[in-house]
Amino acid sequence: MSENYKIAVIGDKDSVTAFKVLGLSAFACEDAAEAKQLLRGLKRGDKGSYAVIYITEQLAAELPDEVAAFREIAVPALILIPSKGGSLGLGLDTLMAAAERAAGTKLF
Amino acid sequence: MASTAIKPTRMELNRLRARLKTAARGHKLLKDKRDELMRQFMLIVKQNKELRELVEIKLSNAQGALSVAAAIMSPEALEQALLYPNRRVEVGISYRNLMGVNVPEYDFRTQGDSSALPYGYAMTSGELDDAISNLTETFTDMLELARIEKTVQLLAIEIEKTRRRVNALEYVMIPELQTNIKYIRMKLEENERGNITRLMKVKDAILQEAHDYEG
Repeated sequence: MSENYKIAVIGDKDSVTAFKVLGLSAFACEDAAEAKQLLRGLKRGDKGSYAVIYITEQLAAELPDEVAAFREIAVPALILIPSKGGSLGLGLDTLMAAAERAAGTKLF
Repeated sequence: MASTAIKPTRMELNRLRARLKTAARGHKLLKDKRDELMRQFMLIVKQNKELRELVEIKLSNAQGALSVAAAIMSPEALEQALLYPNRRVEVGISYRNLMGVNVPEYDFRTQGDSSALPYGYAMTSGELDDAISNLTETFTDMLELARIEKTVQLLAIEIEKTRRRVNALEYVMIPELQTNIKYIRMKLEENERGNITRLMKVKDAILQEAHDYEG
């Protein structure tokens, strides 16, 4: 179970280009519709297999359904990161939601 | 309850008793599973929260540094500098079994020289170098965040499932079995009493017939 996976970063151009230098696959998306197509493609494995997909909170905020669809599958993991504009607190919210789901009550 | 649908027979009673025993045992086991999952979850969720806050700060810093670099350099030069990466990250996934939940673990290998920058120093500013090394450093934390966050998500789902099962057993299945068992027992006892009365009556009748016995 140790074939080679890649890592993707999805977001607006300014936020993702720098990740390219690290050797990640950076996908620049200007709007949510484009990102939606891209996410679906990545999930199907159109562009090779990815272990982790980082997506900016700005885009994720517009695609709640797509983000939720990734929650229950182990690979790839969809992880929210703040974009250039700063954090929206959405990543933490997702975490809190998971905690609430598990405990049945609010945790923090 | 479903009392009307069940047959008040001894066979059914034994069957229900066996089911109740299994259900009670399953309930205990699932409850233990839920408690242990919850314990693991609590340990990890705190870590996750701290790590996420750390990564968000680090990323903002890195992106801030990049903005500075972008402001100093011309956009064309920046784009050119970042156009051809000289390394590639590959990730291997292995799975760890955590209380019956398969959680992924990543190990990443960087192909190519991870210390060298993909551009010459002549055309770029020093701020860009800083921003890139900043980002490289952050990436390790980002990958760790991905691992922990996925673990938390998968654990949360498993806990929810287990909790539902525990509750279904505790509040629906077990009480229902208990009422059904009680119903059958009462019914059987009633039949037994009816039988005894009938026997007594028959006995009286026989005695009376045999020697005009008055009882």
